[in-house]
Amino acid sequence: MLSALETEALLLSLKVGLASTALCLPFALVTAWLLARTRFPGRALFDGIVHAPLVLPPVVIGYLLLISLGTRAPLGAWLKQTFGLQLIFTTQGVVVAAAVMSFPLMVRAIRLSLEAVDRGLELAARTLGATRLDAFCSVTLPLMLPGILSGSMMAFAASLGEFGATITFASNIEGETRTLPLAIYTATQTPDGDAVALRLVGLSMALAIGAIATSEWLHRRAQHWLGRP
Amino acid sequence: MAAPARAALAGAAVIELRFRKRLGALGLDVDVELPSQGISALFGRSGAGKTSLVNAVAGIISPDDGIIRVGDRVFFDRARGIDLPLEQRGIGYVFQDARLFPHLNVAGNLRYGLKRARGTQAVDWTGVIDVLGLAHLLDRRPHHLSGGERQRVALGRALLRQPALLLMDEPLASLDAPRKAEVLPYIERLAHEFELPVLYVSHSIDEVTRLARHLVIVSEGRTVASGELAHIMSLPEHSPLVGRYEAGSVIDCAVAQHDDHYGMTTLRFADGQIRVPRVDLAAGTPVRVRIRARDVALALTQPVDVSITNQLAGHVLSMTPREGPYVDVAVDLGSTSIRALITRESCDRLQLAIGMRVWAMVKSVALDSRSVGFARQARPKPDAAAG
Repeated sequence: MLSALETEALLLSLKVGLASTALCLPFALVTAWLLARTRFPGRALFDGIVHAPLVLPPVVIGYLLLISLGTRAPLGAWLKQTFGLQLIFTTQGVVVAAAVMSFPLMVRAIRLSLEAVDRGLELAARTLGATRLDAFCSVTLPLMLPGILSGSMMAFAASLGEFGATITFASNIEGETRTLPLAIYTATQTPDGDAVALRLVGLSMALAIGAIATSEWLHRRAQHWLGRP
Repeated sequence: MAAPARAALAGAAVIELRFRKRLGALGLDVDVELPSQGISALFGRSGAGKTSLVNAVAGIISPDDGIIRVGDRVFFDRARGIDLPLEQRGIGYVFQDARLFPHLNVAGNLRYGLKRARGTQAVDWTGVIDVLGLAHLLDRRPHHLSGGERQRVALGRALLRQPALLLMDEPLASLDAPRKAEVLPYIERLAHEFELPVLYVSHSIDEVTRLARHLVIVSEGRTVASGELAHIMSLPEHSPLVGRYEAGSVIDCAVAQHDDHYGMTTLRFADGQIRVPRVDLAAGTPVRVRIRARDVALALTQPVDVSITNQLAGHVLSMTPREGPYVDVAVDLGSTSIRALITRESCDRLQLAIGMRVWAMVKSVALDSRSVGFARQARPKPDAAAG
């Protein structure tokens, strides 16, 4: 049903989406907690940096990644020497680009769910003998579940569609960095590639709609589980 | 097996609360000692600082200065630099809004504190389930419980945490009258069954007289009176804080007998008897009657041709002028006293004077079911209550 090219792009996209979501989640939890629950100098700047990928052109993010994580940049060189990890021209690079771009979406959803948690319940947990960390893990985190689930699905869906930062940072290499959107771009640049492009567009739309529907369903289930209307 | 823990609790001297805290416009100035057992009520109007007071005991807010001590456990002592985090204070806190964890069922909520409790477990699972009637609710989620059931679960959860002190902040305030009536008996039972000191915050004098043994009056952040409940209620100077309508005396009685023909019950106390509309309690059951001062009339001789059957002989103890045309007269009945709110005009007409012999009359009709509290806990002996 799907051609080899389509299957390859689809699987690569799914792989990137999952990896980028998994990579984002722990950082997004900490960031959301910092922004929702703490006051520190430079918090507004931190908030701005976290949300920058939402408003900056993706190519700018891609370029910033390239000059900071490229093999000739100090950080990139260190990564390669210490972990043998090369990001440019590799799937790992695509994951990093997608993670950075979808990070603010996930932070926003998690932060909203954290702000909606009744602090009174955390206090109740602490009067029952739970330390701050215990109360967070046993009460706050489960109550944030709807936000964590929908934030993760949003980030996953956004990772599937990431284009600008990926092509700038990780380039467009078949089987390595050519995800669905890059495959579509490639097809449109090829003479008589319209049919291929259209099929890929259909695939992308199906994936996106599926992800959003799943996200909604999970969110509703989680809210219902918590007894919320 | 629970005996040593209970003995240790009972042996703990007192609860000492002496601290100050600035909270915006309200200055909290607390200086009281409370008994180490039974329910102590913190009574006062809304905004008087009652909740802030218990929050300081719980460790939710930190005083600017002073000492908070429960028995030999020091929660807070500015001078010695002690300020125990709230999870280490070993208190149970029942909030006005229950605060059950929505992601856990009733059993999970009950187990939350139990799992984290350290040391001897004096309060056992089956005991709490029995006393609070929770057996059929264990699998339910909080959002499938009624308001009254939620408070019962919150109560059980706080008890299973094995607290050295139980704090209850207006636990009935968010419930309607039938739910209140449902939960109240459980609270009456628990302090006795589990031999715990309880700090009970309320602005309802009905609740307070039904439940508490010790009364603390809080006004504008200050603890203005503290002592045995009947004693504090008998002092006219506290009337303005209790409210002119509600002020009166509290008399500890026991059910003597029922009159089925007339639907009346006779209550006996140290200085006589009071007849009230029938209460369904076995003879001998200790009860507490609150008699509003405005429901008491005075006569110089024993009236014979009146409808009022409750006639108690005594001597005028004090006369305190009240705002408006009123005088608050305290009558010494022997070992108890009763207060009557009469007009200044009547006072002059009768030419009342301290030491005069008078008859205090109370209409039985005025003593409705809200006035007669079922004091399940054994009444403390007069000398024990003084300490």
